[in-house]
Amino acid sequence: MAALTDPMLPRPFRIEKVTHETADTFTFELSQQQADGDGRFDFACGQFNMLYTFGTGEIPVSISGDPAKPQRLVHTIRAVGSVTRAMKKLKKGDTLGVRGPFGSAWPVQQAEGNDVIIIAGGIGLAPLRPAICSILQNREKYGHVALLYGARTPQDILFEKELREWRGRFDMQVMITVDHAVGTWKGNIGVVPDLIKRVKIDPDNTIAMVCGPEIMMRFCVIELHNRGMEHDTIFVSMERNMKCGIGLCGHCQYGPEFICKDGPVFPFSKIRTLFDIYEL
Amino acid sequence: MENLKSVIGEHPFMQGLDEHTLDTLVGCASNVRYNAGDYLARMGQPAEHFFIIRHGHVSLEINAGPRGIIGVHTVEAGDVLGWSWLIEPYKWHFDARAVELTRVIALNGECLRKKCEQDHDLGYALMKRVAQLMEQRLTATRMQLLDMYGTHV
Repeated sequence: MAALTDPMLPRPFRIEKVTHETADTFTFELSQQQADGDGRFDFACGQFNMLYTFGTGEIPVSISGDPAKPQRLVHTIRAVGSVTRAMKKLKKGDTLGVRGPFGSAWPVQQAEGNDVIIIAGGIGLAPLRPAICSILQNREKYGHVALLYGARTPQDILFEKELREWRGRFDMQVMITVDHAVGTWKGNIGVVPDLIKRVKIDPDNTIAMVCGPEIMMRFCVIELHNRGMEHDTIFVSMERNMKCGIGLCGHCQYGPEFICKDGPVFPFSKIRTLFDIYEL
Repeated sequence: MENLKSVIGEHPFMQGLDEHTLDTLVGCASNVRYNAGDYLARMGQPAEHFFIIRHGHVSLEINAGPRGIIGVHTVEAGDVLGWSWLIEPYKWHFDARAVELTRVIALNGECLRKKCEQDHDLGYALMKRVAQLMEQRLTATRMQLLDMYGTHV
């Protein structure tokens, strides 16, 4: 990993490739412009970077790339605000500022020897993608692996090509659902928590990783808990207004935790009491 | 008949029902198969049946006029379809279309209602199960209404 000499100083990265995933979501593949070593960008699955668009601003974005391919830093971004809309206009060859990686990681090693259930909603599939890649590269170390993914409509499904590949594997259960569909969609329609009942869960030997809108995670956690899973085996990725990325500024404070430093990935047992406080 | 009884008894929706109740249900039940594209129910039509899905995949749809046919929910093996047989005026509120070859146990609504009136224990057992189903669907529908993945999130 490149040493972080100053975690507040963005490093320039060149956009090598832009992939338009959906109408409002795109993926950047980045390379370091001033590589001080071999150009690798090592990270842990679930970590994020602060991405800086010059003249517009800086935002936190989870890393969505394969950790086994550290030469390219990959981010999947949804254009919803001024910074992300500005990013959507960037092209191959343009430059972004990058600070990071920051934050905690999915329990990929901890899950070894266990079944794994991965639950993603919307853009929440992006932060989980590194964990999925890592688990599939070491598939023999895990038991049953299930991916449950929900999107708004069939047109909003991310990483379609990869999802097809994952679905085609015999060693992974993949279920996709959409909130509603018009036209030729032949898949599931309904919400992600409803898919959980279709997965065999051995509660004492399963790790769950959940990422998506908070309301979705709330219902998923309830369903997983109803199926016998303890809160310390359910991991969620939280999102708040992160600024510094290193637990100094306090923008992302979540009770006693800083999402940027102590999170974004938490065992649910650690934040369970905070989850029910409306003001947080 | 015995086979039908075991299929009904093993379905998650019916779990916990006693032998007598299952025997009663079998009297209203028949095995039906729908090919892809066939309709199990049409909006506004009498809700004559209640379906236990054994195999396949059914899409619940609304005809939204100019917006086209909108799929709002799917049910598959292990699920049940329909509570309109239990609630006046006993008419379907959605279309239900088989997405693929689908095998069901169809329970006749009128037959079930008569038996529920005669045997309130059966009526209560079914009502409890339907109420639980309604609660699950209502929760799911509320989540869909929230438009969780919309740009406001």
